[in-house]
Amino acid sequence: MRNYALAILLLFSYLAISQNCKYTLSGKVLDLHDGSVLSGATLVVSETEEIIQTSLEGVYTISNLCKNTSYSIKVLHSSCESKTFDVKISEDTKRDFKLEHHLEELNEIILEGKAYDNTTNTVLENNVSKETLERLSTGALGDALNSLSGVSSLNKGNGIVKPIVNGLHSSRIIMINNGVRMQDQEWGAEHAPNIDVNSVGRLTLVKSAGALQYGGDAMGGVIIAEALKVPVKDSLYGKTMSSLTSNGRGGVLTSTLTKSYANGWYGTAQGSLKRFGDFEAADYVLSNTGIIEQNASLRLGLNKFNYGIEAYFSFFSNEIGILRASHLHGAADQVRAFDSDMPLIINDFTYNIGAPRQNVKHQLARIKGFKTIENFGTLSLQYDYQQNNRFEFDIRRGDDKDKAAIDLKLGTHTLLLDFENNFERQLNIKSGVMTRYQNNFANPNTGVRRLIPDYDKYDLGIYLLGDYTLNDRWLLEAGARFDYTQMDVYKYYRTSFWEERNYDILYPEIVVNDLGTQVLANPNLKFHNASATVGAKYSFNDDYHLFLNYALASRAPNPSELFSEGLHHSGARIELGDLSFDSEVGHKISATLQRDHDRFSFSINPYINSISDFIIIEPTKVLETIRGNFQVWEYRQTNAQLLGVDIDAAYKFTDKLSFTHQWSIVKGYDRSRDMPLISMPPIATKNEISFEHPKFYNLKLALQSEYVFAQNEYPDTNFEVYIPETETWELLDTSTPPSAYHLLNFNSSIDLKLNKTSFLTVGLGITNILNTSYRNYLNLQRFYADDLGQNILLNLKFNY
Amino acid sequence: MKKQFFIYPILVLSIIFTGCSDDDPIPTPVNEEELITTMTITLSPDGGGTDIVLKTVDMDGDGGNAPVVTITGGNLSAGTTYNGSIELLNASETPAENITEEVQEEAEEHQFFYTIGSGLDVTTTYEDEDGDGNPIGVEFTLVANTVSAGDLTFTLRHEPNKSAAGVADGDITNAGGETDITETFSVTVE
Repeated sequence: MRNYALAILLLFSYLAISQNCKYTLSGKVLDLHDGSVLSGATLVVSETEEIIQTSLEGVYTISNLCKNTSYSIKVLHSSCESKTFDVKISEDTKRDFKLEHHLEELNEIILEGKAYDNTTNTVLENNVSKETLERLSTGALGDALNSLSGVSSLNKGNGIVKPIVNGLHSSRIIMINNGVRMQDQEWGAEHAPNIDVNSVGRLTLVKSAGALQYGGDAMGGVIIAEALKVPVKDSLYGKTMSSLTSNGRGGVLTSTLTKSYANGWYGTAQGSLKRFGDFEAADYVLSNTGIIEQNASLRLGLNKFNYGIEAYFSFFSNEIGILRASHLHGAADQVRAFDSDMPLIINDFTYNIGAPRQNVKHQLARIKGFKTIENFGTLSLQYDYQQNNRFEFDIRRGDDKDKAAIDLKLGTHTLLLDFENNFERQLNIKSGVMTRYQNNFANPNTGVRRLIPDYDKYDLGIYLLGDYTLNDRWLLEAGARFDYTQMDVYKYYRTSFWEERNYDILYPEIVVNDLGTQVLANPNLKFHNASATVGAKYSFNDDYHLFLNYALASRAPNPSELFSEGLHHSGARIELGDLSFDSEVGHKISATLQRDHDRFSFSINPYINSISDFIIIEPTKVLETIRGNFQVWEYRQTNAQLLGVDIDAAYKFTDKLSFTHQWSIVKGYDRSRDMPLISMPPIATKNEISFEHPKFYNLKLALQSEYVFAQNEYPDTNFEVYIPETETWELLDTSTPPSAYHLLNFNSSIDLKLNKTSFLTVGLGITNILNTSYRNYLNLQRFYADDLGQNILLNLKFNY
Repeated sequence: MKKQFFIYPILVLSIIFTGCSDDDPIPTPVNEEELITTMTITLSPDGGGTDIVLKTVDMDGDGGNAPVVTITGGNLSAGTTYNGSIELLNASETPAENITEEVQEEAEEHQFFYTIGSGLDVTTTYEDEDGDGNPIGVEFTLVANTVSAGDLTFTLRHEPNKSAAGVADGDITNAGGETDITETFSVTVE
């Protein structure tokens, strides 16, 4: 028996020796930045002096390599910097080589593009395609994001669209616009991101707080909007697009022009105009819902091999009408409005926008430079300034009629210093420092008490992130960040509220001035927040990948949560913040199983997000005022947990016919009180069948079904209101979600070639084909009116 | 080498911080222009006698303390006709701003409603009108009919639909608009 075993062992060792130099190394040569294959690359094996060329698909194979031997392989490509890779062979090995494609593309962009690609290696990133962005050019940025699984939106009408990622929104989402973190009073439920969808070339969503270079407080995720890359060569190109819609009887005109030079200089100018009148629900006009928007941006830069500089300016201005029938005073008015099936005010269609309305201007200036130091890394420095002016106009009386009820100016300076180092190829380290100063000024001439007080805010952030490619299968990632926030606030409190909250006993030292009915206080708040991430990516083979990520996020309470105190007209409710709030701390664990395949691809992404000291606002009581009874909504902190799964799948029946599926479910609970969280997105599923025929004018046809379930878990926030006219107590149902709904959408396009370099794309789309009447649980307008009815869109795009 | 990189942001930070922290402009209090703190309804008996005054005061506006409701001058007398007038004030300003004037200037966009609760036997009639011949309701007469008691609610609506059914006659049901002020008083006719 023993001899047998010995013989077998001997036999194996013999086999091993005889096959020692029969291993192969194969793989692809890829562009480091976008992963595109590089055909015609040359590989030189130093040890054997063997020369191999990659195929059209970028594939190479090197045979007859010996076991336990290290090979030095030099990879050359005409438009890339040559690079030598060391490979140790112990079996048949698959390895992709990546080259820096610097001769045709801008380094700065590369750096950025790469930074984004590396944002979270252990969370699957979702991208909104360029086609989707163009198709939705008439909508808001939130509409474009809505096309991704796990994203829904918190709306006020159809003009104000705020993205919700995995159930979280507002301050829990970081929005990055061309490398700048947007500071646009994102805390408010009716404050949509101030980014023009037409200025975005690429839109990426990271459903994790793991992108620590942008901040440590992205409980929900990070949304990254960036411009398209500009090639380093002499060229001039652009596009002009016009979209017209039947609903709202308006449209968008947008144009982009880019000029680039072979010496590295480039410039892009972009502008868009949007104009809509009143939108329409299936059965009636939604009076006072028009939109006017004007946006422009300019980008100028120089890119050299190892240094570069770029300046970016953007201007965003909009005026959005708020449904006239949704403006009410007090709970008794709400009872009348809720009881009516139709909005209480329906006027004829008009392009005029009256009160209530919002007018927001956002200006952004950014300058960024980078320098690559050989054998060390790349250093970049960025300064940006943003100014956000928000005006909200209410229905007012007398001399105040045309005066804004809210007039806020938020100015933010940010300085970022980032350093990125690639120690060897496997280890990539990123670190940086962020400093920020922000000032909010609430104009006292509004004649309305300030909703957000005057404050100065100082932030200091520091982070370190690294990822390590262990081997072909494993990639590991870890990072940590620390943020310090200080707020110096001047706020007038009502004496009654000041005393009711015991602030007179808790914080007597911060009182600056006592005016009888009002107290001027000067809170000085400090927050220390730590955040971290660890993750891993495992590739089973070319098709299957598993992403695992844990992210710790900490978020300081925003000014609205801390300082709200008074009537918020747009919600007809009194909102009360709390000065004593601490930071909320979230732990999110997410996993994604992805199959990346031409015919059948899918991803399944379950997650669990546990947040301690989660700040929620909910109705607590009814307060009597001289204007009648108002519902009081108070912020409080609790322990929350959100669980969900996002599913994407795509199947290609043939080259021309394909099917895509999306499914998103999220459940949110208040664990301290054992009840559901308010305003959680209901289950939603989208299914689309599409046909494309590239040889016939690049014809594309798609039919999409969108089904949104009724939210079945919600807290009961109903209350009773006394109506003197009828001498009865009436129930004000503020909580029951609307029923499920199903929408059908159609989309089509063809490309017409005009000459060698230009072509025209003609698109025709119909949303809500069946003109279904429906209401959306996450639309604040749902209490008063139906959502949008049928809309026919005509889209003309001219590329040149 | 490494030290240098971290010096720059700290330098700039210190400039920003020192540059901005010196001037702490203390914000001025907001003058709440549209606030109505006080509604006074004066009922003067036709032919003389003591005025009955119904008053509601809410000095800190929306939220905060609840309004204080008082009735002075005793109860209504059965069979008596009263000349009524309503005064609205913003007493948070000094001197107090008369809001009634603003209401009368924008008469077409405002209307008072008097809602008489069950059990109370009084009748009201508008005694003023706007440019379109519709009532405003700042001036009115109230007739205390028989001995009774119940609620009397005064409501001011902004932008009501005065041409809707019954609105010009004082029925609030179809009036629409937004409530600018509303208060219920417990009234007795003896």
